[in-house]
Amino acid sequence: MEIKDIVRPENLVYSKPRLLNDNPMHYCPGCSHGVVHKLIAEIIDEMGMEENAIGIAPVGCAVFAYNYIDIDWQEAAHGRAPAIATAIKRLNPSKLVFTYQGDGDLAAIGTAETIHACNRGENIAIIFINNAIYGMTGGQMAPTTLEGMVTSTCPYGRNVELNGYPLKITDLVTHLDGTCYVTRQSVHTAAAVKKTKKAIRQAFENSLARKGTSWVEVVSTCASGWKMTPEKANQWMVENMFAKYPLGDLKNE
Amino acid sequence: MKEEIIIAGFGGQGVLSMGKILAYSGLMEGKEVSWMPSYGPEQRGGTANVTVILSDERISSPVLNEYDIAIILNQPSLERFESKVKAGGTLIYDNYGMHHAPTRTDIDIYRIDAMDAAIEMENSKAFNMIVLGGLLKIKPIVSLENVLNGLRKSLPKRHHGLIPMNEQAILKGMELIRKV
Amino acid sequence: MKGNEAIAHAAIRYGADGYFGYPITPQSEIMETLMEEKPWETTGMVVLQAESELAAINMVYGGAGCGKAVMTSSSSPGVSLKQEGVSYLAGTELPALIVNVMRGGPGLGTIQPSQADYFQAVKGGGHGDYKLIALAPASVQEMADFVKLGFDLAFKYRNPAIILADGIIGQMMEKVVLPPFQPRLTEEQIREARPWATLGKRAGHHNNILTSLELDPARMEENNLRFQAKYREIEEHEVRYEEIHCAEADYLLIAFGSMARICQKVQEVAAEQGLKLGLLRPITLWPFPSKAIASLAHKVKGILVVELNAGQMIEDVRLAVNGEVKVEHFGRLGGIVPTPDEVLTAVKKTFL
Repeated sequence: MEIKDIVRPENLVYSKPRLLNDNPMHYCPGCSHGVVHKLIAEIIDEMGMEENAIGIAPVGCAVFAYNYIDIDWQEAAHGRAPAIATAIKRLNPSKLVFTYQGDGDLAAIGTAETIHACNRGENIAIIFINNAIYGMTGGQMAPTTLEGMVTSTCPYGRNVELNGYPLKITDLVTHLDGTCYVTRQSVHTAAAVKKTKKAIRQAFENSLARKGTSWVEVVSTCASGWKMTPEKANQWMVENMFAKYPLGDLKNE
Repeated sequence: MKEEIIIAGFGGQGVLSMGKILAYSGLMEGKEVSWMPSYGPEQRGGTANVTVILSDERISSPVLNEYDIAIILNQPSLERFESKVKAGGTLIYDNYGMHHAPTRTDIDIYRIDAMDAAIEMENSKAFNMIVLGGLLKIKPIVSLENVLNGLRKSLPKRHHGLIPMNEQAILKGMELIRKV
Repeated sequence: MKGNEAIAHAAIRYGADGYFGYPITPQSEIMETLMEEKPWETTGMVVLQAESELAAINMVYGGAGCGKAVMTSSSSPGVSLKQEGVSYLAGTELPALIVNVMRGGPGLGTIQPSQADYFQAVKGGGHGDYKLIALAPASVQEMADFVKLGFDLAFKYRNPAIILADGIIGQMMEKVVLPPFQPRLTEEQIREARPWATLGKRAGHHNNILTSLELDPARMEENNLRFQAKYREIEEHEVRYEEIHCAEADYLLIAFGSMARICQKVQEVAAEQGLKLGLLRPITLWPFPSKAIASLAHKVKGILVVELNAGQMIEDVRLAVNGEVKVEHFGRLGGIVPTPDEVLTAVKKTFL
């Protein structure tokens, strides 16, 4: 039996989401971005929202998110995605509007835009990939970098006296009246992927129902930035990241 | 016809709004108008002034060297603007709180004790309208009717009840003004 | 009404879809007037006070990306903060209207009138090789009229436009005839007229991606060459200026915005004294009326550029004149506005 005899329509149990195109992804092996991209493509297709979805891509590793998912996209300046999403949603209240942002973009240079969009209760979904490092620029310290964690700008480990504490921005936005749904998920196991998919779907539905700001943090790995194998990175994440950033819903109203 | 007017006094005396009413009245008469305030923190207690121009022709500069009419409501303004009145022009002042009077002899000088009258009327807000009345008595550049029309235009509807009081104040000013 | 108020009313009447701003003197009346008018209840226009100038300009980016007619306004220090977003708008080729009611700088400076942001407005302002279509109103009427002109040019060329006013034009009141109401475009009309807009990918259509990022330098150069070609086209077709008594003039004044108004008074006073002054008022600061100035240069004995700054537009005038005649500058700085007499004295001191 040859491969062509196996790969036949009646034998298919899984396929790449329709909205995920064939461009080769630039993400490193073991990176969480690819999985989350796939989920987003799948959910938008399942919701039938392709014609009404507008994504806002960040500065960081996901800067090219628009090259992989075939929906309309705007590329934001670093950190400004929530401001851009605010205007898009207010000017087009029936659309599904979401931002896709990393920790440096969302929790450092864009903290003001993030907090104020959440506080105004903008009817958008924020997908927050937290891998505790600046991946795109070569592994510098992020606001969410763990204490003692080594990066190129804290080569002796994050020292709180010098660099302050890891920013638990997801906890912070939970307290804002404008957020309706705040959750922290991961994509390191099949079960976790399933849960994350459910979370993103709910966030998108909230945007359409105009319930307020929905927030899905995905605690992620950066094997290259952490200088680990993908497998080791997952293990390290479970042991270290989850302690600081525990998974689960923080708010669901 | 062209009248170039400066109104100057303390912030809070209604200098800017008096200028505004004058400008709106001119507008009602189909004149070209310009209203150029000094703006900023001055509005809240320091000195404030506004240049108002009413003209039959297109107005060039809203900023001027000298004025046909100066309405002076405090001492610093007198010092600053007395010399800027054109020869043969008009200066109107309120003596309240001033320690010396205008001295020029080549212009017409009028005095109006508007602050005293406003205190007497127990209505400090009437002050600028009393001064405006005085101006209109000696220089009827706009009609009383159009001043009232201008007030209707510039005041929010919820304040239209105050228009009769303003009219009274204008009439009071017309009585009070006298040549020095 | 005030110049600032005229901008607000004109925006509603234009059928603008959104205004995003942050308060700063001397232009806060623009947002205050919009909030007072509540256009979201009538035309459906969105008005939002943003948390910062950065957020405001990025909201403009988001709205512009949807093909909507969106605007922001600020004054000098605030416009500096917006420069990041302005560069992104230019780099993504998005149409938008920006209003700068200039005040004295640098830094926090003063709240009094100034024209010291000329360079910032006409030479780009943020990073990269780009141009803004820069309109300089000299009356309250033009504050109202240039909202439509600015939006129309921005959409025509897919490029941000700026109304460069100053505290005098923003704060002064004059007679104004407001433009007629225009309906806002529907989503279908926007999809038709602006097929690049991100409003959701239609079946059978390619998805729209709006970005200024291009990592391949060869393609980035192509993008830049396309921008430059567009700028040449704008220079060819969109120059606007006003000439007042230039034909018979011995000396020429060149001034924009409020200073052009003051210079008209200078002309009147000079004429009484037998001195013939012409006035050329650039209406578009970019594209600059270089040809008009060049053709006047050899007809006059000297040119005085009058600005509320230390000498900015004079550089463009000198480039246009190319040494044909003496070009000098007169300006007051930091929020001081000269009287017509001061300008006339400067004319005499410079040339007589």
